[in-house]
Amino acid sequence: MSVSATATQPPAPGARKRERSLVINKLRKEYRAGQPVLRDVSLEIANLGLTAIIGPSGTGKSTLIRCINRLVEPTAGEILFRGQDIVRLSGPELRAMRRHIGMIFQEYNLVERLSVIENVLCGRLGYVPVWRAWLRRFPPADVERAFQLLDAVGLADFANQRADQLSGGQRQRVGIARALMQEPDLVLADEPTSSLDPKTSVEIMELIARRAAERNIPAIVNMHNVELARRFAERIVGMSKGSIVFDGPPDALKDTHLIEIYGGEGWLE
Amino acid sequence: MSDAALSRPRVAFPPNWPARIGFIVLIAYVAYASTILDFTWDRFMRGLGQGANLLARMFPPDFAADKMALLYVGMTESLQIAIIATVVGVLLSLPLGLAAARNLAPRPLAWAARALIALFRSLHPVIVAILFVKSVGFGALAGILALIVASLGFLSKLVAESVEEMSMKPVEAVRATGSPFLSVVIMSVIPQVIARFIGFSAYQLDSNLRNSALVGIVGGGGIGSTLLTAFQRFDYDFVLTIVLAIIAIVMVGEVLSGWMRRMFQ
Repeated sequence: MSVSATATQPPAPGARKRERSLVINKLRKEYRAGQPVLRDVSLEIANLGLTAIIGPSGTGKSTLIRCINRLVEPTAGEILFRGQDIVRLSGPELRAMRRHIGMIFQEYNLVERLSVIENVLCGRLGYVPVWRAWLRRFPPADVERAFQLLDAVGLADFANQRADQLSGGQRQRVGIARALMQEPDLVLADEPTSSLDPKTSVEIMELIARRAAERNIPAIVNMHNVELARRFAERIVGMSKGSIVFDGPPDALKDTHLIEIYGGEGWLE
Repeated sequence: MSDAALSRPRVAFPPNWPARIGFIVLIAYVAYASTILDFTWDRFMRGLGQGANLLARMFPPDFAADKMALLYVGMTESLQIAIIATVVGVLLSLPLGLAAARNLAPRPLAWAARALIALFRSLHPVIVAILFVKSVGFGALAGILALIVASLGFLSKLVAESVEEMSMKPVEAVRATGSPFLSVVIMSVIPQVIARFIGFSAYQLDSNLRNSALVGIVGGGGIGSTLLTAFQRFDYDFVLTIVLAIIAIVMVGEVLSGWMRRMFQ
């Protein structure tokens, strides 16, 4: 608990960058004992900008990203962020940590029956007391920021519409606004464009990359689409069968790596 | 493959012998039980004479002023019993239903809550009302308590089922923001189940209106007590007035609850 004590102190100047780096050490996850989905993965994300994790379905990309904010419980290993080991946190400490990690989902995961602005304000739930959520009395500053974020993602006119009236691309914009509403130090995105058409996918990736850059925070994005990864990522991590098999800038990713990641070669023209 | 197809005629709907035998046994048992209990046409015809006699004594219904005053007092008490029991039942059923939902509550809590709900549901409101009349005495309190138990049994079970059927995706997303558990419930669970819950509550109000007459008959207060007294004094014309009033109230309740359900769709 001595670790958490230091984390509550105001960060020293110059410690900013280190604080936003994420270090994953020998992370292992077994949904069934003896069948690891993640095989002792180690990864350090100290860079700003967008890191894309690519790999075939079922290779553990999603599990890896969900272990970072503990939507999935790791079996072993450590995840260091903001001076704490996320794997060891529980209760209020875990919730305090989750506030600083924004997450964007493949199927947007909005509360369909709530309005767009309510969905965006969900990003503040880690900060506001329960009674404020109950009475929808969010602090005026939060409401103001929610409107600004809706402006920023191009949904200013939709604030009071119900989320289930939006198209897929619009819903994902709300999802992004909700994640940014947390004022996160890290953004995780789990296949954010896999349910969207190609044009919307590009727009959504642009939005994530631009917003992360503006906030000066790293973004980790799982994706299927190698072209999108090349276009938007500053770093690409390739996974296969629960292990990292490639880690480098987009230029360094060659067909031989893709064959190693995805197997076969008939699909590469 | 074609050999097998040629040698044996293919049957699209093979006979289900266990089902056929089961059905025959059921019919035979109903016939047997009917003779044992004297459930026969003769017996029915003899009963009809009695019924005609009763109907004759019911008409015309009694609208005398003193009777109307009794009716009014009984009816308002029944309405109050039904409304209090519904409101308290609705308020208590949300936490109990959430505690019983296996996708949110820890296992031991969910099982305890489920056991409690099963207990509430196992006895008919009339039997529960008798128990309360014997333990807290005659009057409205016993009726209210009995209907609260009935409302809790019905509503909590449906809340638990709705919560277990809802999408976990928004719940996961709200959890990922670092939200405390109660805020997760308020912002992602309740919005998903509230429309159905209001529908159930409206239905329960409807059902409590009907049952409030019933619990009165066993001493739980309200119009049921008035009805029982009228029967015992052979005031069959007043009985008819009461029955008509109950039918009217239940119909108004049905219209109101349907209207409530539509409003919150």
